[in-house]
Amino acid sequence: MLSLWLNVLASGVLIGLVYGLVALGLTIIFGVMRVVNFAHGEMVVFGVYIGYWTVRIWDVPIIVAAAIAAVVMFLFGYLLETLVVKRFVNRPHHYQFIVFIGLSLLFSGVLLMSFGPDPRPTASQLSFQTVKVGPLTLDWARIQAAATAGLLIAALGAYLKYSTFGRSLRAAANNRLGGLVVGLNIPRVYAVTFGIGAACAGVAGALISPLFDAQPYLAVDFTLLAFVTVIVGGLGSFGGALLGGLTIGVAEAIAALMFTPSMKTALPYALLIIILIFRPRGFFGAKDI
Amino acid sequence: MQRTSDQASDAKRWGAGVAVFAVLAVVGGVSSAYVISLLTIVLLFTFMGQSWNLMLGIGGQLSIGHALFVGIGAYAVAILNIKYGITPWIGLLLGAAIAGVVGAVLAWLSFRFEVRGIYFALLTIAAAEFARIMFGGWDYVGGMQGLFYPAPSGTMDLAMLRGDSQFYYFVALVLAAVGVAGTELISRSYWGYVWRAMRDDDEAARALGVRTFRHKVLVVSISAAGAAIGGGVLGLVQGSIFPDSIMGMGISVDVLIGPVVGGLGTAFGPLIGSMAAIPLHHAMGSLGDSLGIPGLNSVAYGAVLILVVWFLPDGIWPAVVRLYEAVQLPARSRISQLRKVEE
Repeated sequence: MLSLWLNVLASGVLIGLVYGLVALGLTIIFGVMRVVNFAHGEMVVFGVYIGYWTVRIWDVPIIVAAAIAAVVMFLFGYLLETLVVKRFVNRPHHYQFIVFIGLSLLFSGVLLMSFGPDPRPTASQLSFQTVKVGPLTLDWARIQAAATAGLLIAALGAYLKYSTFGRSLRAAANNRLGGLVVGLNIPRVYAVTFGIGAACAGVAGALISPLFDAQPYLAVDFTLLAFVTVIVGGLGSFGGALLGGLTIGVAEAIAALMFTPSMKTALPYALLIIILIFRPRGFFGAKDI
Repeated sequence: MQRTSDQASDAKRWGAGVAVFAVLAVVGGVSSAYVISLLTIVLLFTFMGQSWNLMLGIGGQLSIGHALFVGIGAYAVAILNIKYGITPWIGLLLGAAIAGVVGAVLAWLSFRFEVRGIYFALLTIAAAEFARIMFGGWDYVGGMQGLFYPAPSGTMDLAMLRGDSQFYYFVALVLAAVGVAGTELISRSYWGYVWRAMRDDDEAARALGVRTFRHKVLVVSISAAGAAIGGGVLGLVQGSIFPDSIMGMGISVDVLIGPVVGGLGTAFGPLIGSMAAIPLHHAMGSLGDSLGIPGLNSVAYGAVLILVVWFLPDGIWPAVVRLYEAVQLPARSRISQLRKVEE
């Protein structure tokens, strides 16, 4: 019994790290640009398909697939920001929301057109390998995904903290006008920020591609999951995204063990409602909206 | 939005409204079954879009979870009618009351702690998704298998709100007309002015003595009740109710697309927007089906939303009004100048 609980907790923590990476992408975009990327789940699914196809065609390790997803999705995010999102950054929130709902519909339509509605079971051998650590039996895919996600989160944190570009990104997040005054290239900062956010989503998608069947309809679930995660942690907070991801991962795993499967999917929303009501800015949320 | 207090233009607007609905009534008498069933959906979403429009366009509160209220209305009518044989009229009232209370509680909980803007919008999604999953796991309401109305007998029964597709067309037409006229009346009433004031500047409205907290709760509650009535009728029209379709994100998007495309905060916007967007969605859906390209309708919907916010941020209707004024007003002023010359 104890080992069952330990197993469930461990797999919750592992998947929680990946959720944390997804949420980090959303929260970086929000923190710097003050826009909520409603199409985030679609970007995760783009990553899932990149992982699926690269593994299937070239039979590369999942880490390489994740690196490819990072590059592709960074460029995608960068271009999307410069071509479309840029024009709406200074508009009222509800316009931005509607534009992003539009983008999300557009992308999920494109996914459906390109890959069809049927789920594609993963081709990777990785999904069947397990590792025994003491009383724990863990998926090798889950461990790799979590380790990569954890490393990336740490690397991104260090980059934002110590690099010059990271400093200008944080400055832009803190005070856009002040950043302009001291000569920051705000449009470039925004484009790179959006690129980083999209890359986080894409990498997370590629990392979980051995665990989930690739399917366009996953997108809505991932968008909502990312929202829940960042709000639990606090929109715009780096540590909050990680903590939120771990909370949701563990809560989901426990709920799946204790309740019916439908409760497992409902739990994040219940958690979100409770947190929004009692602690509206999340654990470490930004003070103003 | 026109803000002329000119009585002549006022009469003209009401006249135009009556004319539009008269034309729609004639259309309902002569069109094919396909057109009628499509327009029924358009008119129902006009009504529900109008309720959403009241909340964002006039009250300034964004909801992306209106499917919650639509679903509550649909389930209230269906449970009472299918399980107990009670007339949908009572179900509609009960559904509106429950949705009004749920909306008020949600608004009260979040505005109490100054949960606003994005956070409130996300709370509405979370509440709708939570309800969708709960209804899917709740055997009493049919779970994921949903609820089915008995097949219509074809005879019109106003007391039980049953009839053929033409009957439902006229029900939807009446609802849409009530929605358009109601929005016009509310937006010119005391509430309308108060709501616009708090939409534009909450603090200034409070400084003038408006109790904005109460008014926000009120506008969400009224909007929720309206959506529930639309949802109740939508369930009857469709003949079946599933949590994924009646409470899913798709419904929330369908509700908001009309007012956004047509013109936020205007009385005619949701009608025009629904007329433009929903048939496009259906046409692209069937085109995609016949070409074997799924997702075409979703791409079209997304593209329309982005392009409208990009190029016509106020929506179609205000652009039409501007165009009309640009053509009409110079002509009129020329005429009055000519008269002066004659005198």
